[in-house]
Amino acid sequence: MANEFVLDKEKVLNDAQQNGVNDFFTTKRKEALDLIDRLDMIKPDKTRIYNWDFFTVEQPFTESSTYQSLSDLPETVKKVVETESVENLYVQHNNTKAFVQLSESLKSQGVIVEDIFTASENHKELVEKYFMTDGVSVDENKLTAYHQAMLNGGVFIYVPKNVKVEAPIQVVVYHDDEKASLFNHVLLVADEGSEVTYVENYVTNLESSKAQLNVVSEVLAKDNAKINYGAVDFLAKDITGYVVRRGNTDRDAVIDWALGLMNDSNVIYDNTTNLNGDNSQSDVKIVTVGRGHQKLNFTTEVIHYGKNTYGNILKHGVMKENANSVFNGIGHIKKGATFSNAQQESRVLMLDGKARGDANPILLIDEDEVEAGHAASAGRVDELQLFYLMSRGLKREEAERLVIHGFLTPVVVNLPIESVKNLLVDVIEEKILN
Amino acid sequence: MTSVLEIKDLHVEIEGKEILKGLNLTLKQGEIHAVMGPNGTGKSTLSQAIMGHPSYDVTQGEILLDGENVLEMEVDERAHAGLFLAMQYPSEISGVTNSDFLRSAINSSREEGDEINLMQFIKKLDKNMEFLDMDPDMATRYLNEGFSGGEKKRNEILQLMMLEPKFAILDEIDSGLDIDALQVVSNGINELRGPEFGSLIITHYQRLLNYIEPDFVHVMMQGRIVKSGGKELAVRLENEGYEWIKEELGIEDETVDAAE
Repeated sequence: MANEFVLDKEKVLNDAQQNGVNDFFTTKRKEALDLIDRLDMIKPDKTRIYNWDFFTVEQPFTESSTYQSLSDLPETVKKVVETESVENLYVQHNNTKAFVQLSESLKSQGVIVEDIFTASENHKELVEKYFMTDGVSVDENKLTAYHQAMLNGGVFIYVPKNVKVEAPIQVVVYHDDEKASLFNHVLLVADEGSEVTYVENYVTNLESSKAQLNVVSEVLAKDNAKINYGAVDFLAKDITGYVVRRGNTDRDAVIDWALGLMNDSNVIYDNTTNLNGDNSQSDVKIVTVGRGHQKLNFTTEVIHYGKNTYGNILKHGVMKENANSVFNGIGHIKKGATFSNAQQESRVLMLDGKARGDANPILLIDEDEVEAGHAASAGRVDELQLFYLMSRGLKREEAERLVIHGFLTPVVVNLPIESVKNLLVDVIEEKILN
Repeated sequence: MTSVLEIKDLHVEIEGKEILKGLNLTLKQGEIHAVMGPNGTGKSTLSQAIMGHPSYDVTQGEILLDGENVLEMEVDERAHAGLFLAMQYPSEISGVTNSDFLRSAINSSREEGDEINLMQFIKKLDKNMEFLDMDPDMATRYLNEGFSGGEKKRNEILQLMMLEPKFAILDEIDSGLDIDALQVVSNGINELRGPEFGSLIITHYQRLLNYIEPDFVHVMMQGRIVKSGGKELAVRLENEGYEWIKEELGIEDETVDAAE
C-alpha cells in the first residue's frame, strides 16, 4: 500500500547532509526517524487516504537558482509581489533560499527573518526553544515525524517584544521543478506585545508534479501579541499534500488567519488554533475552490483553554466537476475556559452534479458558562439569484460568476495584502471558469 | 415605432399545478396597465412567467414582443429585448456592489467597445439616486444585502431608471412601503412615463394607483383577466371591493384553485 512507510534511514540522513548540516537538525532528523515506525498515520475524518502516496520522494533536496533583484524574479512570483512597494520579502525557489529583502527599520528593531537552517545557527536558543515544541510535535503522527526527518526548507521569523512591524512580511515559495518536494517549515514567533502581518504564497508554473507537499507552520503569539496570518496556496495537480498550520495564543494574544487554499491536488489541511491564554482570540477565514478529481479535507479547529477566549471560524468552499471535499469545523471549549465563545460557519457551494461537499460543524463544550454557535450548509447555486441577475441582462455564466464571487468575498476581503488579494481573485476566476 | 407586448391564451404551471388558465393582455409603449385582484388569483405568476422565472412552466399560449417569441428567449435575452421585472422579493447578492452590478447590467445590452462612459454612468446614477431619495452609500453596498424592505423596493426602481426598458412589470412594488416611500417609488415611475415606456403594475391595493394613474385596469380571478376598464374601475374596486364582479360573473371562489 502506498502509505505503508518504507524508508532507508541512512539514506535520509545522508541526503539531509546536503541541506541543514548542523547538529541540531541532524539530531532532530534522527529523533524523527527513530519514532516514525511506531507512529500512526493521520486519520482525517471522512476522507479515505489509503491510496494516497505520502512517502515517495524522488529528490530529497532540490538545488535551484537564486535571484539577484526584484526585477530578476520569475513572472509567477512577480504576480504575487507588489514589486513597486514591497518592503519585506523572502523568496524560496523549490528548496533554495533565493531572494531576501528586509527593510532597515525591520533589521534595526531586531526582527529576524531567516531560512530555518541558518537561523538554527545564528539564533540557536530561539529556534531550539520553539521548533516543534509548543506548536506541532514530532510524535503527533507519521507525517509530522516525516516532516521533521525530511525538512528541506522554510523560514524562522521572530518579532521581539513590543515591536510593531508596520509593513507585512511576505514569503513566497516558488515550485517549478516537478521532482522537488516541499517539506517546508514556518516558525513564526511574535514575542510579548508585538504585532506582525505575515503572508505566504505557494505558487507554481507547473501543471503537474508527483511530489510531496508536507508543510508545518507553527505560529506562536506571546502575551498581548497580534499576528495576522494570510496565505494563498496554489500548487499543481498530483502533489500529495499535508498542510498543518498551528497557532498558539498566550494571554490577550490574537491570531487571525485568512487562508486561500487553492492547491490543485489532494490535500489534507489541518488548521488548529490553541487559545491557551485568557482573553485571547482567533478569527479563522478559509476559502477554497476544488476542481477536477481533487479530494480535499479541511479540519479547522479552535480549542479554548483560556478564560474569556473567542474563536470564530468562517469557511466557504466551491466544488466543481468531480471535486470532493470534507469541511470539519471544530470549536472546543475545555473545562475551565469560562465565558468563552466558539462560533463557526461552513458553507459549500457545489457547481456540478458530481461535485461533493460535506460540511460538519462540531462543538465540544466541557464548560457551562460559555457561548457557542454554528451554521453549515452544502448546496447548489441559488437559481433565484441567477434569475434575478439575468433578468437585468447578465448572461448565465456572468451571473454564476458573480454569485460565486459573492459567496467567497467574506474571506477574500480579509487578505492583508492587496496583490495577494488580487492573486486570490485571479485564482478563483481561473479555477471556476476553466 | 411603438413596441407591443402581447400575451395570448397564456397557461402557466408551477410544480404541475396550473395557475394561469388562458390569460390575454396587450400592452403598448406609452400605456400604463394595472392588474388587480384578490390574493391567489395568479397575478405574480403572470409577472414571473413574462420574465422567465425557472420554476414556472408555460404549457400553452404565447408571449410576443413586437412579434418576437419571448418564450424562446433566455432570461437575459428578455432583458435585452426590453423587458424588466421589479420583483416583490429581490435576491441579495453578496460581494457585488450595487453600482458595479448596474454598470454590468447596462453594458450587457451594449456592444463591446460601446460600454457606457464611466462619468456618464456616475452622473446618471447620482441623479437617479437623489431622485429616489437614496443614501449615496447604497451605491457601494453589496446588491440588496442587508437592505430593508423599503430600500430593496427603491433599489428595484433605481435599476429600472438606469436600464430604461421598453416595458416594466412591477410586481407588488407597493407592498411593505410606507406612504413616503410609496410616493418616492411612484415618482420614479411617473418620471419614466412617456411614449417610450410601457408598464404593467401588479397590485392588490388601489392605493398605489392614487400616485400612478393607470390608463387601463384589469381584474384577475381564477388565473384569467375577467374584467377590464379605465381608471374608474380601480376607484370602484376601492369603494366596493371585488364582490360585485364575482356576482356579475357568477364566480364563487376567485382563486386559481376554484376552476379545477
